Amino acid sequence: MSPRADDQAEEVVIEAEDLRVWYGTERGPVRAVDEVDFTLRRGEILGLVGESGCGKSTLGRGLLGLLPEGAARDGALRFLGTDMLTLSRREQNRLRGRELGMIFQEPLTRLNPLMRISEHFAETLRVHEKGISKDEVKRRSLQALRVMGIPPTRFRAYPHEFSGGMRQRLMIALTLVLRPSFVVADEPTTALDVLVEAQIIRILHDLRDTFDTSLLLITHNLGIVAEACDRVAVMYAGKIVEIGPAAEVFRHPQHPYTRELLRSTISLSTTGLNFIEGAPPDLTTPPPACRFHPRCPDAMSVCATREPPALDLPGGSRAACWAAAARHDLVTLDAEESAPLEREELSVADEA
Amino acid sequence: MPTKPDPGLVAEARDLSVHFQLQGGALSRLLGIGARRVKAVDGVDVQLRRGEVLGVVGESGSGKTTLGRALLGLAPATGGTLTYHPTSGGTQEITRLKGAELRRLRTDVQMVFQDPSAALNPSMTIEEGVGHPLVIHGIASGEDLHQRVVAALERVGLAPVERFLSKYPSDLSGGQKQRAVIARAIILEPEVLVADEPVSMLDMSVRAKILQLMLDLKNDLGLTYLYITHDLASAKYFCDRVAIMYLGRIVEIGPTEEIFAHPRHPYTQALLKAIPEPDPDRMVPRDLPRGEIPDAAEPPLGCSFHPRCPVATPVCGWEQRDLKALLEEHWVRDETADYEAERATVGDLDGLDRPRTTARLAGKDPAAVRAVLDSVRAADPEEPLWGGVRAVEERHGHLEVDFVDGVDPPLRASHGVEVACVHYGADPEWPAEPGEPGEPGS
Amino acid sequence: MRRSLRTIWQTRGLARYLLVAGVVMTAAFVVLAVFAPWIAPYDFAQNTTDAGERLPKLAPPSGEHWLGTNDQFYDIWSRVVWGARTALQVVLLSVFLSALVGVPLGLLSGFTGGWPDRVMVFLMDALYSFPSLLLAIVFSFLLRSAVGGGVLAAALALTAVYIPQYFRVVRNTTVSAREATYVEAARALGARPFTIMRKYLFGNVVQSVPVIGTLNAADALGTLAALGFLGLGIQPTEAAEWGYDLSRALDDTSAGAWWPALFPGLAIILLITALTLVGEGLNETLNPALRRRRLQPVRFTALAREGGAR
Repeated sequence: MSPRADDQAEEVVIEAEDLRVWYGTERGPVRAVDEVDFTLRRGEILGLVGESGCGKSTLGRGLLGLLPEGAARDGALRFLGTDMLTLSRREQNRLRGRELGMIFQEPLTRLNPLMRISEHFAETLRVHEKGISKDEVKRRSLQALRVMGIPPTRFRAYPHEFSGGMRQRLMIALTLVLRPSFVVADEPTTALDVLVEAQIIRILHDLRDTFDTSLLLITHNLGIVAEACDRVAVMYAGKIVEIGPAAEVFRHPQHPYTRELLRSTISLSTTGLNFIEGAPPDLTTPPPACRFHPRCPDAMSVCATREPPALDLPGGSRAACWAAAARHDLVTLDAEESAPLEREELSVADEA
Repeated sequence: MPTKPDPGLVAEARDLSVHFQLQGGALSRLLGIGARRVKAVDGVDVQLRRGEVLGVVGESGSGKTTLGRALLGLAPATGGTLTYHPTSGGTQEITRLKGAELRRLRTDVQMVFQDPSAALNPSMTIEEGVGHPLVIHGIASGEDLHQRVVAALERVGLAPVERFLSKYPSDLSGGQKQRAVIARAIILEPEVLVADEPVSMLDMSVRAKILQLMLDLKNDLGLTYLYITHDLASAKYFCDRVAIMYLGRIVEIGPTEEIFAHPRHPYTQALLKAIPEPDPDRMVPRDLPRGEIPDAAEPPLGCSFHPRCPVATPVCGWEQRDLKALLEEHWVRDETADYEAERATVGDLDGLDRPRTTARLAGKDPAAVRAVLDSVRAADPEEPLWGGVRAVEERHGHLEVDFVDGVDPPLRASHGVEVACVHYGADPEWPAEPGEPGEPGS
Repeated sequence: MRRSLRTIWQTRGLARYLLVAGVVMTAAFVVLAVFAPWIAPYDFAQNTTDAGERLPKLAPPSGEHWLGTNDQFYDIWSRVVWGARTALQVVLLSVFLSALVGVPLGLLSGFTGGWPDRVMVFLMDALYSFPSLLLAIVFSFLLRSAVGGGVLAAALALTAVYIPQYFRVVRNTTVSAREATYVEAARALGARPFTIMRKYLFGNVVQSVPVIGTLNAADALGTLAALGFLGLGIQPTEAAEWGYDLSRALDDTSAGAWWPALFPGLAIILLITALTLVGEGLNETLNPALRRRRLQPVRFTALAREGGAR
C-alpha cells in the first residue's frame, strides 16, 4: 500500500484484505462492504468518505466487530499481524476498548446518565487493567480530561451537565484513556455546530502526537478530510474506489466518482452547481462489474462487463477504474471494450 | 448568486422578540413562577426585499429557525412587530393575525422543511399530500385539483408524474421527497418561501440539484426566499444578502459579496475560518474562539459573544461567569499549576454561576486567593478579561472582583454592511488601533 | 393497512404461531356463534324435545346429549353454542362502542392540550382505576331499568368500563405525534385544527387500537362471565350465557355431576385464551420493537475481482 508522504516505514496497524461485511435480510444478503483492501500505519489518519449507503459506517463497525445480528464478515482483517476474524469472541472482546477504540456520532446515547464522569473512567480502566489503584485511576482520568480541554472541576459531574461538544470530548477522552492503537471515529462531528466541529477535528488531528494512535475518520464531509487526514479512501456502493494521499486525491482525482463528488461539493469557492445523475444502487443486487457504471460520465462498454482491478497509479494513489488505468497505459483495451457505454438515460425517478 | 431584486419591501421585522417559557421544576410549575425564559429571537430588525434571497446563518440556539417560523406565524411573537406587504397592496401585522386571517397568510408565505421524511404525512399519497393545500383553502377540487397537482409535480421535476402520484412518501428517496415538499409549498402560488435548511439532510451530490431547482423556481415564479442554514458555503452561493445570527440577535448583515470578502464581526470571521474546505492545502484551523454556545436562557452580559471573542475589549460585558471559565481553563492548560491546592484556596466556584458583575470568591483567605489570581494573570497577561476588571478588593473576609459595566452594541452601519460590535460604526465604543479590527475598511 | 398485512406475513417464530393458534381458535368460536341455529340441536331455553318430551335432568354426556344436560333440563352442548353467540355479540358490541367513544375523545384531548386535556385525563384515570368488575356491576344496575337485561344492556355496561383504555393510548400517541414535523407542516399550510386531527393525526395514531381491541375483548368476556356468574348479567330468559350456567352448575358438582360446570367453564377459558393469543400475537408482529424478522443467513459467494495487481 502507498506509504505515508514522508516515507517513514511505520508499523502496519490494520491490514484488510478482501474484507466483506454482508447483512442478512429477508430478501437476501446486503453486500454493504464488498472486497475492500487497505492498510493503516501507526500514527496515521485515514479518512473514509462516501455518501449515505456506501458502507463506510458498516466498514468502521465491521473492523471492530460491532455488527448487528445476521451480519457476517469474510476475508482477512489483521491487527498488528493477528487475523481478528479467526479469534474467538472472548479474545475479540478483550481487544476492544484496550487496543481498538470507537467514537460514535451521538455521545449522549453512549454515556450512562446515572453515572458520574469519574465513575465512567473508573469502570473503563478497571475492566481492562485489573488491579489498578484508585490514585492511578484518578491521575490517568484527569490527564485524559486535560488533553481534551475538559477542566478538572467537572470530574464529578454527570453527562447531562455537559454541552454537546464537551460530551464528544468526553467520549474521546474515555476512548483514549486506555491508549488504544487504533480508533474508529464514525461521523464524530456531524451532530455538532461549525465552531465546535472545528475544535473536535483539531483534537482528533493532534491525537497522533499525544497518543501515537492510528485513526480511521469516517465522514461525508470532504472538507474535514482534506484538512485533517493523511490519506483518504473513497467508498461507493460497498467498494473503495480510490485510496491515496489526501493531497493527491484532492488535487488529481483519478476515479470519476471522486471527481464528480468533489465537483458537486458546495464550498466557499463554488461558482456553479454540479450534481451526479442517478442514485446509489441497491446493495442486495448491485450492478455487475464496476458499480458506478450506470452513473459514470466516462463509462465504456468494458465497465459493465468486467470488474476493474485496483491499480497503483503514478501519482501515488490507487483506483479501481478502467478509464483511469487506460489513461495511464496500465491496461490495453480493444476498440470494442473502450467504446462509450450505451445505457438508459437517468431521470429524476432514479435520483437519490 | 446575485440577482437584481425589485425595489420594495415584502416583510419587515422591528425589534422582534420571540421568547419561550421553559418548563421549570415541579415547584415553579405549581406556583407559576420562576420558570426560565429562552429568548430565541431577541430584538431583531431586518427587512426582506421583494425578489431577493436573504440568508439567515447561525448555529444552534441562534434563533434562525424561530425567526423563519415567526414569518409564518408559527412562532408567536412576544414583542416588536413583523409586517408583511403583499403585492396586492396593504400591510398585515403578522404578530396580530389570528384564526382565519392567519390561515389566509399561509397562502402567501410558505415553508420548506429540513427533514423531507418527516415533513410529509406518511399516510397520504403524493397526490393527496401535494394537493392538500388547495383542498384546505377550498381553491380547487376534482379534475382541476388533479391538473394543478400534476403541474406542480412537473415543475419540481418529479416526472413522469404518473410514477409518483399514487406513491407514499416512504417509497421515495430523500431528494424526491424534498421535491414533493417544494411542490406542496408552491402549489398555492405564494410570494415568500421560508426554506429551513432545505438541503442539509441530503447527500452532497443531491444538494446541488435541489438548490438549482429552488433557484429556477425563484426566477420562474418570482419568489422571495428566506434561506435558513448553518452552512455558510451554500449561503454564499445561493443568497443575495446574508444575516449572521448569534443567540437570538443579528450580529452582521449585508450583501453576500461584502460579508464574505470582508467579514467584520469576530463571530463571522470565526465561522468563515472554521468551515472545512475540500482544499488539501488548508490545515486544521488553530486560532478558533474558545468555548461553546452559552445557555440561551441566561445569555452573557453585554455582547453575547464576548466570552469567546478573540478581540474582546474591557467594555464588552465581563462578569463572574467569565472568571469561573478562566480559572477552569487555567487548570486545563497549565500543567505546572497545583490544581488541588489552588482549587482549595479559591473555594467552590459554583457560586459564580449567575450573571453578575461582581464575583465573590468563596476562599477563606483573601490574600491567598489574590495570589492565585495573580499567578493566573501572569500565565496569560493578554487575556482580555483582565482589561475589564475595575477593582479587586477584600470585603467581609472574601475577595471580590468588580467588572466594568458592559455595552451591548446594536447593529450599525459600517461600509455597506451592518455590524453589532464595539469595534465598528460611525462612533465605535472601542475605536481600533491601526492593524486591528474596526474602521476603516479592515 | 397493507403495510401491516405485509409485516404480519413476514414474522417468524413464536409470534407467528401465537397469532395463528389464536386466530384458528377464535374462528372456531365464530363459526359456532354464526351458525348456532344449525349447529345446536336445541334452542337456548329449550327443555323439551321437539316432540314435547321433557329432557332428562343432569344426564351425563352420551350419544344423545354430547355434553350432557344440566339441572334446568337444558342440553349443555346447545347452551355452549348459543352462549358463544351471546358472548361474541356482547363483546364485539362493547369493544366497538368503547373505541367509538374513546378514540375520538383521546384524539381531541391530546390535540387540544391545556386544562381541558388535564381534566379529561383526570376523569379517565379515575374511571380506569376502578376495578372493572365493580364498575360493570354498577353500570349494569343503572342500565337495568332503562334497557332491560339483554345483550344490549350487558354491552353498554361493559362499554363504559373500557373507554379509558382507548382514550389513554390514543391521547398519548396524539400528544407525541402532535410535535411531528408533518403536523407542523399542516399548520404551515393553513389547515384548520379539525382537518389536522382528521387527516394528519388520525391515521397515524390508531395503530395500537386493534391490539387493544382484541385484548379488551378477552377482558370483557371475563367480566361478562363474572357478571353472569353473580346473576347480574344477562337474564336467562334473554339469552344463554356461560357465566350464568357456571353459577348454576356449582351446586351440581357436589352432587357428583361435573359436566354442567366443566363445559361452560372450558368455553370461557378457551375463548379468552384465543382472543388473548390474537392480541399478543398482533402486538408481537406489529410492534417494531418486538418483531423478529426472518433473516436469511449470509452465504459468501466467490470473490468477484480478477487476481490483478495488489
